[in-house]
Amino acid sequence: MSITTMLSGRAAQTPAAPATDIALDLRGVQKTYDTPGRPEVEAIRHLDFQIRRGELVCVVGPSGAGKTTLLRSIAGLLDVTAGEVVLDGKAVTGPPEGMAVVFQEYGRSLFPWMTVRQNIELPLKEKGIPKAERQEKIDRALKEVSLTEAAEQHPWQLSGGMQQRVAIARAIAFEPSVLLMDEPFAAVDAQTRAELEDLVRSLWKHLGVTVLFVTHDIDEAVYLGERVIVLSNRPTVLMEDVKVDLPAERDQLTTRSDRRFGELRGHVYELIQRAKRGDRPDAPQPEGAGF
Amino acid sequence: MTTLLKRAFMLLGLPIILVAAWWFASAGSTSPFWPPLSTILEAFPTTWTMDRIVGDVFPSLARLGIGFALAVLVGIVAGTAIGLSPTLRALAEPVLEFFRAVPPPVLVPIIALFAGYTGWLGKIVTIALGCLWPILLNTVEGVRGLEPVLGDTAKSYQLSRWRRLLFVVLPGASPRIFTGARQALSIGVILMVISELFGANRGLGAAIVQFQRSFAIPQMWTGIILLGLIGVLLAAIFKVVENRMLAWYVGQRQIERGV
Repeated sequence: MSITTMLSGRAAQTPAAPATDIALDLRGVQKTYDTPGRPEVEAIRHLDFQIRRGELVCVVGPSGAGKTTLLRSIAGLLDVTAGEVVLDGKAVTGPPEGMAVVFQEYGRSLFPWMTVRQNIELPLKEKGIPKAERQEKIDRALKEVSLTEAAEQHPWQLSGGMQQRVAIARAIAFEPSVLLMDEPFAAVDAQTRAELEDLVRSLWKHLGVTVLFVTHDIDEAVYLGERVIVLSNRPTVLMEDVKVDLPAERDQLTTRSDRRFGELRGHVYELIQRAKRGDRPDAPQPEGAGF
Repeated sequence: MTTLLKRAFMLLGLPIILVAAWWFASAGSTSPFWPPLSTILEAFPTTWTMDRIVGDVFPSLARLGIGFALAVLVGIVAGTAIGLSPTLRALAEPVLEFFRAVPPPVLVPIIALFAGYTGWLGKIVTIALGCLWPILLNTVEGVRGLEPVLGDTAKSYQLSRWRRLLFVVLPGASPRIFTGARQALSIGVILMVISELFGANRGLGAAIVQFQRSFAIPQMWTGIILLGLIGVLLAAIFKVVENRMLAWYVGQRQIERGV
């Protein structure tokens, strides 16, 4: 969406699609790793997509599709080579305000010298929230992820699934405008994983947070997402933006045996297989890149 | 109860055997340099009177304390700065390697030239300089070795510089800092004594040298025993502090190892 349509959208006061509806906007994002003394690696060739406020979007791609590069670029932890990432109308140049990231390595993203409560509290302190309100937010977040009784424990005293729930609690207590999740359940067992997926769905539904969920698991992407963005192999372009027209009310048993779920899953699976073979839509050439 | 007894035995078993061996081996000794342990122990209370403890032991320990504290302070501040900045690291590394390779006792006469032979300053500087390197180098490694995901987490939550330093970088480096401080403490005790050997009239090391020069051999031995006891006491205090501050680290390690 360009500046002009944003402005005209606001000026015309169209309630159907106001410009502020877009939480996250990727405009021609390109990333080339240029380490001195090494050959250049083009990780992302061209990515354009938008995420509306309150949407839950999954990103899948074959392994090595630059999913992590993409996520780190969106999180402002990595500079893009061309194009821009726009969060809430502001271009991302460093870690932006209003974004929280849940990393795959739950055991290494929590501060082991702090209790669960202190882990959640630290970003809130930074925000300058008064103590009483902080405690209230922490308690609420812990309740959301059913970890109230673990508040005074240290992360390493908890199981893997519980640790990842702490990381999620920390993220939602922060009340981000966009929640980024980088293969958050790749390292937990299957049962825990199913529980955590349902947790993400229910948090998303009643907190109204915008979620961008990166995963390599096709089933997980279709089960969780309202949309599934399928990436090509490296250098990454968009394969297809798949709309998931499953009912909003989902559960592990019925949704996964739904005929439509099977169809979508099959479709995404096929896209990934094609991507792996190197089949890719023609990408628009990035401007200014010397070919 | 049995485990308590067992632990007490493990702790005291070897010292008791060694003391007993010394006692019996030296019992009939007539050599003036190798007096019987019984004679040394008899000399202990008359040698280390309150007057001597206040006049010799306390000043030595105070100098050790000040020198060690200075080294901890400077070591952590400089080590954190060097660890965080690649530029600073590239600049400082060759110099650090050079100073680390110089044995600290060699510096005693040089420092004494500038800071005086008899005063406190030269001795404190000697102790601080000797203690500095292990703390500094370990802090650099600790800061550099911080888990990258923790750094990303701190950045993505937009933690300010000093909050990142105080709540992320320093606690993350603290296990290494303690390793350095433990090494520094034993170096400090050695330098506390050595700094007094060259020129001092009061102090634990100075007292031992005086006893030796005046052929008060049993008294000299009591001084050495006292030094050993002080070393044990300092190590114990250090352990208590470490166990308190690194409780998270010990716990995490135990769980990782599946103990």
